[in-house]
Amino acid sequence: MADTRSRWQPRWRQVLLWGMGLALVLALPSLVSPFRLNLLGRYLSLAIVALGIDLIWGYTGLLSLGQGIFFALGGYGAAMHLQLNCHSCSRAAGGLPEFFGLYGVQQLPWFWEPFHSPWFTLVAIWLVPAVVAGLLGFLVFRNRIKGVYFSILTQAALLVFFNFFNGQQKLINGTNGLKTDLTRLLGLMVGSDTMQRYLFWLTALLALFTWLLCRRLVRGRFGHALLAIRDDEARLRCLGYNPTPFKTMVFALAGGLAGISGALYTVQSGIVSPQFMAAPFSIEMVIWVAVGGRGTLWGAMAGALAINMAKSLVSEAWPQTWLFIQGGLFLLVVTTLQGGVVGWFQEGGPRRLLARLGWRARLSTYPALELETGQEGED
Amino acid sequence: MSLLLESLFNGAAIGSVLLIAALGLAIVFGLMGVINLAHGELMMLGAYTTYVVQSFFKLPLLEPLFGAYIFVAVVVAFLVSGLVGLLLERSVIRRLYGRPLETLLATWGVSLILQQFVRTVPLAWSTGLWLAAMLGLAGPLVVNRLWGLRQRPWLLRLGSWVVAAGVGVAAAGWIRSAMPKLARASARNVDVTAPRWLRGGLDLGDWTLPVPRLVIIGLTILAVLAVYWFLNRSLWGLRIRAVTQNRAMSDCLGIPTQAVDALTFGIGSGLAGVAGVAVSLLGSVGPNVGGDYIVGCFMVVVLGGVGNLWGAVVASAGIGVLTDVIGAGRLLEIWPQMPTWLQQGVEFFATTSMARVLIFALIVLVLQVRPAGLFPQRGRMAEV
Repeated sequence: MADTRSRWQPRWRQVLLWGMGLALVLALPSLVSPFRLNLLGRYLSLAIVALGIDLIWGYTGLLSLGQGIFFALGGYGAAMHLQLNCHSCSRAAGGLPEFFGLYGVQQLPWFWEPFHSPWFTLVAIWLVPAVVAGLLGFLVFRNRIKGVYFSILTQAALLVFFNFFNGQQKLINGTNGLKTDLTRLLGLMVGSDTMQRYLFWLTALLALFTWLLCRRLVRGRFGHALLAIRDDEARLRCLGYNPTPFKTMVFALAGGLAGISGALYTVQSGIVSPQFMAAPFSIEMVIWVAVGGRGTLWGAMAGALAINMAKSLVSEAWPQTWLFIQGGLFLLVVTTLQGGVVGWFQEGGPRRLLARLGWRARLSTYPALELETGQEGED
Repeated sequence: MSLLLESLFNGAAIGSVLLIAALGLAIVFGLMGVINLAHGELMMLGAYTTYVVQSFFKLPLLEPLFGAYIFVAVVVAFLVSGLVGLLLERSVIRRLYGRPLETLLATWGVSLILQQFVRTVPLAWSTGLWLAAMLGLAGPLVVNRLWGLRQRPWLLRLGSWVVAAGVGVAAAGWIRSAMPKLARASARNVDVTAPRWLRGGLDLGDWTLPVPRLVIIGLTILAVLAVYWFLNRSLWGLRIRAVTQNRAMSDCLGIPTQAVDALTFGIGSGLAGVAGVAVSLLGSVGPNVGGDYIVGCFMVVVLGGVGNLWGAVVASAGIGVLTDVIGAGRLLEIWPQMPTWLQQGVEFFATTSMARVLIFALIVLVLQVRPAGLFPQRGRMAEV
């Protein structure tokens, strides 16, 4: 009897927690202004890319500084579809998106054609980034390029894509990017408040799904293989596994997640531009995960949300200081809080802090037992 | 023929900027295995130092010597960036040896802080701060050397820091009044005025060589030779190489490994400062100037093979020549009758940014064949 109760109690707590979360998400649009809601929606979509980074960095140990590529590819996919279906802005150019007229382009470039179809677009925004990531990953991992070399190569790849997208006015409007606000989708303007509210809910739903997917992955055999790669790749190889397919797959998966995230971000921010592929943005993504706690899925999401909110609030109040704070956070997390904030809590950080301040918790039994209960909240 | 020469010269010019920027990185990354993403910002500090030095030489007292300020700037820039690098190593990097990914993130944080620092702190105050740090650190050493004092080191240190702080504040105040341009912080770019002999070109028959490019090539050659001499012919160079090869054994043999680390990092950072002087001759100087070079530098180091000076030289020269050949569409000039599809391809890549795209793609391809760079390390310690 006592057994069932102890099993039931946490479940009730869980139901309550989920219910509160659901109520909060449903009620948020009426609680905050449309501007704040839009920002929140964007940050939630960034949490999805953070989950992908957590998979490849936190669980597999591959630090990619080029997630912006896949993020922007997803964004461009969504924006291209919306541009093609934008009646108000493409009438002048005979069905072509308006900006083509500026550069004297008469015919739609070939790769734009399939984006007329919404179904193709829905697939392309995750499949294209995933395939690009898979290819890039395969080329790199096959040669056992790892560690910092991998990081530098991803950053170089990021630069390649950035330069390409930045320079090609005639293909994708170069520096100016593509706007998405003025398209009618399902009878609603994409930039309108109502549509943004639906997009917020959609983002929240997708973020939840992504989290569940990632949790399932990391708890299964695949996740164990990833951890093994992170902790000792040579041993894994000696045990008869080939790490390359695992790494390629997880990198492709993270790329696909970044694509979804980029598409959601684009429709909520109203524009996609090569700035999404600028080097600082991709490194920022890594920092969200590092601050939140790599190797814990919750940490990645919470980090993305919290840091972005802090960024917008601090930049509104004191625009000069944000970079100092961000740089300081980098240093602090890397030198002292290696597990991030969530990791710090899981390792009993608060207790250690209190102990250092002179307040000692009384240990009832053997210390190791207490530690084990502390680690149950792990994702 | 003249086309070939021109292409070679342009390639050497582009490559020499890359090389001088990558030289410090090659030392820090190649010898210590530390990824320093703040390297670009150390270059930026060097470029700003050039600006401050040339402002000094615009004062009436130093005006007649204006032509020579560039030599002073090279030395001062080395000291400025070297000091910042030294402090960086002692405070942050030291805790992160053996964890390259963490170092990468930490140095990125440092680069953000440095960028915002030059945006918000007036150059006058930064100069005073640097002066104070220099005096405060060097004071006790000098006093001990001069008078052989060994007692009460804390008193000596305190005294020298107090004096240094006073001198720093006084210097900053004086600079504010004497050079109003340095008194206010701004995020805008500044321009370094080159002395007269550095402007214009050198006429050689039918084409002219731009003098700044020539000076940069000369500076790069000097820097490479100096680094080569230092690493292979001097006592501390020997120690650095020993620590690189086997840290534990060097430690046992009495080499002060921590001092070696600090020195290596300081010299690598100082070279970034010298590169900053070169960069300031090419265009205006702003907080973001370092970001333009950092990835190219890493490409040079990775392509050349880590821990290999000559690899870096060859790689930067190759990248430089290729940038010119592709970016200026030279193939069209050499071979005007090429097929149309090829011609379209060449024209597609004939801009600086598209040339970069192609070159990075080529580097990734080269790394497919030679994963450890063009000149890989050999031996038992080399990780394959």
